Amino acid sequence: MKLTAPLVYGLIACILLVSAPHADHLPLWASAVGAALLAWRTYLTASGNPLPARWLLLIITFGSVLAIAISFHTLFGREAGVTLLILLAALKLMELRALRDATVLVYLSCFIIITNFFYSQSIPTALFMLFTLLVIMATWVHLQTGTLALKPRLRIAAILLLQAIPLALVLFVLFPRVQGPLWGMPQDAYATSGLSDTMSPGSMSKLSLSDAVAFRVTFNDQVPRRDQLYWRGPVLWDFDGTTWTRGRNATVQRPTLSDTGSPVDYTVTLEPHNKRWLFALDMPSKLSIAADFAPDFQLLSKEPVNARIRYNATSQLSYRANPLEAPLQLRRALTLPRGFNPQTRQLAAEWRARGIGDDELIRTALANFSQNNFSYTLEPPPLGINSVDDFLFTTRQGFCEHYASSFVFLMRAAGIPARVVTGYQGGEYNDLGGYYILRQSDAHAWTEVWLQDRGWVRIDPTAAISPARIQSGLRAALPNDTALPFLIRTQSPLLLKLRFNFDALTNQWNQWVLGYNSERQFAFLTRLGMEDVSWQNMALDMLAGVALLTGIFTLLLLRRMLPKQADAVQTAWLKLCRKLAKVGLPRAPHEGAMDYAKRVAIARPELQQAMHDLATCYVALRYGRANEKQDVAAFKDAVRAFKL
Amino acid sequence: MTHPLQAVITQTEQVILGKPRQIRLALTCLLARGHLLIEDLPGVGKTMLAHALAKTLGLQFQRIQFTSDMLPADILGVSIYQRDSGEFKFHAGPIFAQMILADEVNRATPKTQSALLEAMEEQQVTSEGETRPLPVPFFVIATQNPTNQIGTFPLPESQLDRFLMRIQLGYPDAQAERGLLAGVERRDLIAKLTPQMETAELMALQQQVRQVFVSPALLDYVQAILRHSRESARYVHGLSPRAGLSLLAAARAWALLDGRTAVMPEDIQAVLPGVASHRLQSVQDVQISDGDKLARELIEAVAIP
Repeated sequence: MKLTAPLVYGLIACILLVSAPHADHLPLWASAVGAALLAWRTYLTASGNPLPARWLLLIITFGSVLAIAISFHTLFGREAGVTLLILLAALKLMELRALRDATVLVYLSCFIIITNFFYSQSIPTALFMLFTLLVIMATWVHLQTGTLALKPRLRIAAILLLQAIPLALVLFVLFPRVQGPLWGMPQDAYATSGLSDTMSPGSMSKLSLSDAVAFRVTFNDQVPRRDQLYWRGPVLWDFDGTTWTRGRNATVQRPTLSDTGSPVDYTVTLEPHNKRWLFALDMPSKLSIAADFAPDFQLLSKEPVNARIRYNATSQLSYRANPLEAPLQLRRALTLPRGFNPQTRQLAAEWRARGIGDDELIRTALANFSQNNFSYTLEPPPLGINSVDDFLFTTRQGFCEHYASSFVFLMRAAGIPARVVTGYQGGEYNDLGGYYILRQSDAHAWTEVWLQDRGWVRIDPTAAISPARIQSGLRAALPNDTALPFLIRTQSPLLLKLRFNFDALTNQWNQWVLGYNSERQFAFLTRLGMEDVSWQNMALDMLAGVALLTGIFTLLLLRRMLPKQADAVQTAWLKLCRKLAKVGLPRAPHEGAMDYAKRVAIARPELQQAMHDLATCYVALRYGRANEKQDVAAFKDAVRAFKL
Repeated sequence: MTHPLQAVITQTEQVILGKPRQIRLALTCLLARGHLLIEDLPGVGKTMLAHALAKTLGLQFQRIQFTSDMLPADILGVSIYQRDSGEFKFHAGPIFAQMILADEVNRATPKTQSALLEAMEEQQVTSEGETRPLPVPFFVIATQNPTNQIGTFPLPESQLDRFLMRIQLGYPDAQAERGLLAGVERRDLIAKLTPQMETAELMALQQQVRQVFVSPALLDYVQAILRHSRESARYVHGLSPRAGLSLLAAARAWALLDGRTAVMPEDIQAVLPGVASHRLQSVQDVQISDGDKLARELIEAVAIP
């Protein structure tokens, strides 16, 4: 087998396919260099020009390594490592001189496939990589078989992949799982896009432009009303004039819920977001995994969530939250930065001066939003240093963070303890999968005020200005021409159905393939009837399964080869050929018996008569009409008697 | 060895020196009821071979020299009005003979070529609504110049497929050439040739060819060859089922010529270059593909099962 042009094109295609998805996150120069190398190699193959000199390749190689070191300040780690691997693979194409190099490239492409899963583990990625693997296998088959045309080549590759599937299944199900993310690099294991623990004007509206999934929820029995679906995330206390932050709780006491009612049970599958907080409906009372209940009802897991996790939770929809709040906490909930927003303070003071109660004051503040031409928009005008003043008195256009921020400011200025709560509101029901999808675009900010005897009460100022946001979601609340991500826009029922189908599939994939961790494995194997699930048993079963499958495939292959051997005449003839091969006269596979006898006779004249007789006999038995038992036996004896 | 056939071969070899293999292939073609295409340069003995075979086998012989201004009627014949009887009378063309030498067939226009090739295929001639059978046995040896010469209309693949075999004669080796130069005038030799076989005998032999035994093991081999030609990336097209039938028919005739009653793989290998060379095209250079070389590669690539 020579390095023919089709083979080289196949190898170029392999490298192209495995590295193309990386173009998304590689530095631009690296993508450009890689593409240029591939194009150059294609041109060289097409034109038949010689490969570049070694010194030139050496310069390019060192240049690339240097550039990587400069770009990433290291040669190790995920980004730098992947870039290095891809550039070196492309460079390897440039010195493709022997078959050995081609083999190396095939293996290298298989290895680069894995790196794609560092960045995305979605179904499309997996399918694309399966296709890539098929192309790589077809190239490999090409390398092994030489002249086979494309179609039979692809067929063999597909058969090989199909045979690998049961093996992969056995390995997948039984390979003992370890806790935690596989690659042990929590910092960059996942792209981060999600709620943060600070809030400033624009932070929520920016998040709303992402249709990435934050988490999915399945309710165990009854489903709350949509306006009750407040998924609680970080609670923000401290305000510096622009930005709200969590600050430090003045107490470590677990908060108390009293007079609870209408509990709901549900299961959350949370996408990794690299932060510690978990999301639960207002107000959570029980959680299936170990987590801290912060004094402000925030749930914090022990470790940052850097892998997809599942937990069950119970929330109470009616409650009285912490009516005995610690005084220090209440003082925090009244603190305002000095010197900002004088107009707002004045307004709050005016309302207070009317001598109305807290309830009335809250109503006044909300009515202020709903009656004074405030509008709800994704693109509010920028605000100055007195952001709350600017918003309340000048621009009057804002997103949920503006309303929450100014409302809390008003409350605090009026002497009512208040805080900002961020999280997600609503969700999209997938009736195929029977679960709710919460996207980043569902991110929301609302407020809580503390009232004597009633504890923390949820007030959502956005509901006052745009009830549609709460009742039907962001899409309904914004004008039609607002630029929204594709998935959030209004769609035809067909598209919606397709999307739900796909998301239901994604959910299954997340639950069963990506989320197949040690607990799932344990549960699954127990259900399968494995009695003592330990890693030793799993390893044993795994080895046994692999051995069994390999055995089955071997038998199937052997059975295909056996009928050829079954012919007694043929067997005896092959025995004769082996005897002659031992003395350096092997029969070529395409050589006929008579031709072979003649050739042997030339090399070993003393064998002429014997070989002629044997070959004549063989031809008569195998290709002639006569096939008597005793003739076959005689031929076998003759072969046995044949000595060299 | 069947006796009269041996005599035919021996006598032909006296005229055509140093080409025993080509003579046997030509005879194989005749016995397998196929037609033969000889492609070679002018003057290597194509016409002589045809002539000698016809003479030795005792067949009527007609030579048709193809030219670019030839019309189908020049081959098939025409009906001419008879003044005395007042009727049209069909004047048979040169194709009404047992052995035809169609010389330089690729110099004629496609229209004329297809008239000949249709007659070959159908074993009959239809002219002015009347169908006239051609004599039996009917054997055409067509010769053509290498297609890259000036003034040729190359035969399309579909028409090439009508020929059972395509062979090349090539230059004689030194010894044969010496004999040729030193010997007597070839035309005199041909004139002296005597028929070695009755026509009925020849037809009986053609019948015998069909009875030559083909074992399942051999069919495996033929199928392996066909499959490889179709799966391999080296050929533009694989061998057709008709090519497979031709291959088997030719191998049967070759075995009979060898005096055997069963086909063995060597027979297949012997006729494969003749049968397959005009049906295979290399992927790499469609313009100048050496069919013989491709066929030999095909033989070497397929193991005998």
